[in-house]
Amino acid sequence: MKASLYLGLALALAALLAAAASLIWTPHDVTALSIADKLKPPSAGHWLGTDHFGRDIASMLMAGARTSIAVALVAVGIGMGFGVPLGLLAAARHGSIVDEAVMRGNDLIFAFPSLVIAILITAVFGPSAVNAILAIGIFNIPVFARVARGGALSLWTLDFIRAAEVAGKGPARISAEHILPNIASLLIVQGTIQFSLGILAEAGLSYVGLGAQPPTPSWGRMLAEAQTMVTLAPHVAIFPGLAIVLTVFGLNLLGDGLRDRLDPRLRART
Amino acid sequence: MQRFLLRRLVSLALSLLAASLAIFLVIEVVPGDPASYMLGLNASPETVAALRDQLGLNAAPPARYLAWLGGMIRGDFGISYTYKVPVADLVLQRLQVSLPLALYALALTAMLAFPAGLVAAARRGRAADAAVMGATQLGIALPNFWFAMLLVLVFSLHWQVFPAGGFPGWDSGLGAGIAALTLPAVALALPQAAILARVLRSALIETEGQDYIRTARAKGLTRGQTMLRHALRNAMIPVMTILGMQFSFLLAGAIIIENVFYLPGLGRLIFQAITQRDLIVVESVVMILVFAVILVTFLVDLAYAAIDPRLRRRA
Repeated sequence: MKASLYLGLALALAALLAAAASLIWTPHDVTALSIADKLKPPSAGHWLGTDHFGRDIASMLMAGARTSIAVALVAVGIGMGFGVPLGLLAAARHGSIVDEAVMRGNDLIFAFPSLVIAILITAVFGPSAVNAILAIGIFNIPVFARVARGGALSLWTLDFIRAAEVAGKGPARISAEHILPNIASLLIVQGTIQFSLGILAEAGLSYVGLGAQPPTPSWGRMLAEAQTMVTLAPHVAIFPGLAIVLTVFGLNLLGDGLRDRLDPRLRART
Repeated sequence: MQRFLLRRLVSLALSLLAASLAIFLVIEVVPGDPASYMLGLNASPETVAALRDQLGLNAAPPARYLAWLGGMIRGDFGISYTYKVPVADLVLQRLQVSLPLALYALALTAMLAFPAGLVAAARRGRAADAAVMGATQLGIALPNFWFAMLLVLVFSLHWQVFPAGGFPGWDSGLGAGIAALTLPAVALALPQAAILARVLRSALIETEGQDYIRTARAKGLTRGQTMLRHALRNAMIPVMTILGMQFSFLLAGAIIIENVFYLPGLGRLIFQAITQRDLIVVESVVMILVFAVILVTFLVDLAYAAIDPRLRRRA
């Protein structure tokens, strides 16, 4: 179990490092077109070959990691930023109309097929990385609200919370000072999972042309462009897909490993 | 049971109402006027005015919302602006592809997930379990459209056993239709099966400490027999929740896969409608998909109550 945590950590860090490195250095210029070198298989000069414009695939993957990670990270931030306070509020006012409203609102967002709404949002407001972030972020809100509420509800019955109440602290202060630190591990685990889902969603939206627009490099769009060339040069389609699979796989292993680490009760189960 | 049914029905109706209002509002916030949005930049003011009139956009928003809602209840979803045919007809026609595809993919999901989940739970902690857990972890990470491309590469281009795309229509025979849907269904099913297998495995393991399992073992059933006869039925609640969600996902989420394989389904319809700015088709198809999701959730809830009488009182 430990080995998978480290494997996950290594894969996630590799994606993060590739993204960070691409800010200052890539093996080749990602915008440099060279039609003479188009669709070259992997070689010493181009480690993962070139695409239909002769661009270096390894460099594009590094820069694409930046887009994927940025979109998924901000979408998780939106989900946590709105979802966690809502969940804490619902738990603090458990059984009240506020709680009911938050939970029904959550159910409503869950009822929408997320991909359809993401497509609707990006279609109505125009395709862009920012709108992709919004579309993915909105669906993260109920997820975090639910996790925060569930975790907080079980804490509200405990003695140390009673003690804080007796000491005169209000629900808002108790939520911030006592509940939040105790559900932080739950939120981190959920954050890792939503982060990996965000990378998959961004790839899907970019693949259908509703995510990051050219010239911003993106794994999903690389796959869309590769589709017509897959018979001529399979490597053009294989490497971006592998980048997505390995990153998401790594993040999922990391999430599972962290959950086992942070919550020993679950260790037996999974 | 009647009281339970009534309560669930009321909540079903309220969810649908809330969903329709949300969709209406999203379409309402389209930057600028829907009619000029649909016609594009070069439309003359007269054309825009004519379309505004045709769409009934001159009425106040609440009246328009009620008219849309009333139409849908009568089965009238409006006339598509680009196709010039009733949206209801378009949807029915597209469902002939999307519904069989979703059911096919759902069947494949269950066929893959049940054996894998059962084996992993029965052989917990051993090599078979580790293999299933590793494979499912990879399956979850697989973008289905990329997997679809790999399937086409291998089964259509290399071995030429399945068509690479398109749909011949059910008129050209059941076999041809099923062949055309096979690769899309596999691409949709595999990541979903990975999720379901993991849910089934942990639900089965969850039952392990229960008294009735110990009783079953004590009366001499083997571990495998206990699992099939007693644990599996009790593990069905979480499994059915996920299956219900997956059916909705397969129906609605096939948008991308339908585009990979050029299948004339609902997903492709909504995607084309979005690029053609046909808002009437967009809002109606989204509403129908949401309706399907809410209906499936409702049916799953009823199925719980049928399986587990304890849940009737709780809800």
